Amino acid sequence: MSCEPWQCAEIASTKKANPIQKPEIAVAMIKKATRPLLIVGSRAVTQTLEGKPVIDYIIDLANASKVPVVATAHIVGDFVKRGYQPAAFMTAMDISNRIVDRTWQGLDGKGHPDLIMYIGLPYYMEALILSGLKHFAPDLKTMTLDNKFHVHASWSFPNASAEEWASNLTTMTSKFL
Amino acid sequence: MTSKNVNIKIGELNTNIGQIKNLELSVGKVINNSWEEPMGPTPMPHLTTLRSWDMKLLKKYKPFYMPDCDLCCLCTYGKCDLTAGKRGACGLNIADQSSRIVLIACCIGAATHNGHARHVVDHLIEKYGRRFPLNVGGLNVKVEAPVTRLVTGIKPETLGDLDDILSYTESQITHLVSVAHTGQEANNLDFESKAFHAGRMDQVGMEIADLCQISALGFPKADPEAPLIQMGIGTVDTNKPVIMCIGHNVVPSVGIIDFMKDQKLDDKMEVVGLCCTAIDNTRYFERAKIVGPISWELRFIRGGFADVVVLDEQCVRTDASLEAERVKAPVIAASEKNCIGYEDRTNDPVDKIVDDLVNYRVPGVLILDPEKVGEVAVRVAKAVAPIRKKMKSLPELDQIKELAKKCRHCNMCQRSCPQDLAIEPAVKAASEGDYSKLADLYEACIGCGRCEEACPVKLEIHSFILKVGEKKMLAEKNFCRSGRGAIQDNEIRSVGGPLVLGEIPGIVALVGCANYPNGGKDVYDIAREFALRRYIVCLTGCSAMSAGSYKNEDGKTLYEEFPGGFEAGGVLNNGSCVSNPHIAGAAIKVASIFAKRNLRGNYEEIADYIHNRIGAVGLAWGAYSQKAASIAAGFWSLGIPVLVGPHGSKYRRMLLGRSDKPENWEVLDARTGDKVNVGPAPEHLFQTVETPQEAMVQIAKLCMRPNDTWKGRMGKLTHYIDLTKRYYGVMPTDIHQFVRTPADIPITMKDEIVAILKERDWKETKIPDPTMLPRMIRKAKE
Repeated sequence: MSCEPWQCAEIASTKKANPIQKPEIAVAMIKKATRPLLIVGSRAVTQTLEGKPVIDYIIDLANASKVPVVATAHIVGDFVKRGYQPAAFMTAMDISNRIVDRTWQGLDGKGHPDLIMYIGLPYYMEALILSGLKHFAPDLKTMTLDNKFHVHASWSFPNASAEEWASNLTTMTSKFL
Repeated sequence: MTSKNVNIKIGELNTNIGQIKNLELSVGKVINNSWEEPMGPTPMPHLTTLRSWDMKLLKKYKPFYMPDCDLCCLCTYGKCDLTAGKRGACGLNIADQSSRIVLIACCIGAATHNGHARHVVDHLIEKYGRRFPLNVGGLNVKVEAPVTRLVTGIKPETLGDLDDILSYTESQITHLVSVAHTGQEANNLDFESKAFHAGRMDQVGMEIADLCQISALGFPKADPEAPLIQMGIGTVDTNKPVIMCIGHNVVPSVGIIDFMKDQKLDDKMEVVGLCCTAIDNTRYFERAKIVGPISWELRFIRGGFADVVVLDEQCVRTDASLEAERVKAPVIAASEKNCIGYEDRTNDPVDKIVDDLVNYRVPGVLILDPEKVGEVAVRVAKAVAPIRKKMKSLPELDQIKELAKKCRHCNMCQRSCPQDLAIEPAVKAASEGDYSKLADLYEACIGCGRCEEACPVKLEIHSFILKVGEKKMLAEKNFCRSGRGAIQDNEIRSVGGPLVLGEIPGIVALVGCANYPNGGKDVYDIAREFALRRYIVCLTGCSAMSAGSYKNEDGKTLYEEFPGGFEAGGVLNNGSCVSNPHIAGAAIKVASIFAKRNLRGNYEEIADYIHNRIGAVGLAWGAYSQKAASIAAGFWSLGIPVLVGPHGSKYRRMLLGRSDKPENWEVLDARTGDKVNVGPAPEHLFQTVETPQEAMVQIAKLCMRPNDTWKGRMGKLTHYIDLTKRYYGVMPTDIHQFVRTPADIPITMKDEIVAILKERDWKETKIPDPTMLPRMIRKAKE
């Protein structure tokens, strides 16, 4: 698995993500966090892995890990009709802008998240948002669960095939059960 | 016009008392008071004149930066690593640097439009004289230049007046560019304020460019029934010689069309255009055709349709000349901003230039005389058309199959694709004779060609996509309405009340370029959705073309389905990029004509009026350019929210409100001076949306304004809730923030909403006469 930025030109970074070489590392990060948050973008409903929509993998993971989910774009209904209620839905920019505010007390008003995870946003959008968080919330841990390496995250899975991605997400879920 | 330079020059004067030679007197400005409106507080604003207004907006909508690069490499101290709060050698941090990049982008955009305006104004003055009168709509348009009047305090009447106004904008842009120099501005919000100022200068420059061309070139004058123009590659008669014009500046095209008409060839040749030149060509010549948006340059050139390619300025692919060479289409560079390395043949005899091009002694020439461009283009097209026989550079299907077998499956094509398209599987399938996956890429491909640049075995992947999409390409036969230009004063009178009271739910402006995330149909779908909901839908530029490129179930394009007036349910093509100020101008004219506010040099008050009362929202779904950035900045400074599609995130800075902070949403009630919480309306000033569905919901929400009457708010809420339910599949969770009184609640959803309000501990508030300016409080004045 390659740890080069998925989009070739996305290289202008002096502080680069740590690669997540196996899903257990991501699981450990989540378990260590006290207030993790998972932000899910629109591609979760357009991509499928081994015939199963990515959103279904995400719901499995969210149910198992109890990590609250923010749905961006228009996909909240896709969660709801699968019987899963996200903690919130708003634009990717809106939630990310709140995250860089250190005084923000989270969606439940009980404290700022300490681990932010992204999955399913357009690669270039997610890259820029992660850059914003890297620069303006430097103490925050960020992690991507996509199969495309994001250099601006604190932790990122390397570039991987669809099969490897499916396996990673399934393994992560299994570690919480 | 209110002021003029007076210059007196005496070559030689013999009198009883002596002889005077070469005397030149300049007495500065003479004020012409033909415009009776009193001058407002901020005519000809400088960099900081409107700073306090900008800061009010920036306090409400704080920048959210997403740096594209951790470094600054603009001076030799660098590269400096600015990661996470580090300061560079000059002292700037990453927020300052990010805002500096925003300013630079806006300055490039403003300079480009003003440079365009300067070229057209100088050319028209040379042709028609400084005293040539401006006329953008006869008696129907008394407020001919709302942006210019508002910003400068000047009412332009002649081409010469525009020359004077441009001198002002040019000086401001020079100052603004200087701000980006190392060791100048040191605060991100001040950079942002200056970016807003660049936007103001941009709006004036664009307005001038369109005013002069509408007036002097006979474009449609505020005409809701401007002609329907044939659009699409399928409308081009390739049996005729075809001249293709790319860019934004119509002047060389006018030379071509005039020569064609003069030679009675206008029905024997095709003059077609790409990007904004295409729209402006059709405003000058009804039989000109629009090929499509900017992203189709390679599509048309490689398809071999053009016999001659004429390049003017802005958004022209810099390798268009190389592509044209491959299909043996001679190129004429017609702008001093885009010389392409060609020899300047402006002063050569036409016969010699034509001979050199027709015999392919040179691939292209630079000609800076538009009339000569016209004659050369027409004569060369006639001569080479039979020789070229529409030579293509597209491979045949069996060739694609063989070439595709060379693919190394390295995936660099997808990793270089801005759209992240699954190219490798499509190439693999093609190598096995299945072209369906390549065909699937045709619609979403933006035609950048980066896949080809990345391919280690130099497969011409874009040409593969074009070839398999060829049938679809040739079937593209649609209509775009010619750019109508300004909005009539009477149209403003008709809709001013309903707009301000919220009964017409909003103005949706779909503008800008074609860097769409998934093809142009999204623009059509969004425009149609809001037209059916009886919003006023305004379009310009490539978005105007994309909106016309699809048909409804009755086979009608958007422009055939909906009226072209500035009215509820109207779909207007205002024109090219430089026509955008007609949209801002409409909002300004509502304040001026409907609400009788003085607009002369009165920017802050009018912007405050627009921001709090007129539900206008811009959407640049495919924005890519620096010009799009400056256009947006002009709208931001008027307090008009702008959305961009996902690629717009690459502008790297959003201006976002915080709906979870009630203290951010207080306005003053001009009747009493009381502070009133009006909720997050509008919630953001600039943000990226991810999908068309999200864009539609956000547009509906952003159309809400503090001044909405209960009836207007009820209507706007109905659309917001209905769109959210339809596209998100759920009820919005922030309804309580937009309901001010029980009368605001949509009747058909009353029970559902009342239950939500109870759950949210909602409290009734009042509808103020909203303002952000303490000086507008009437009680204080008394």
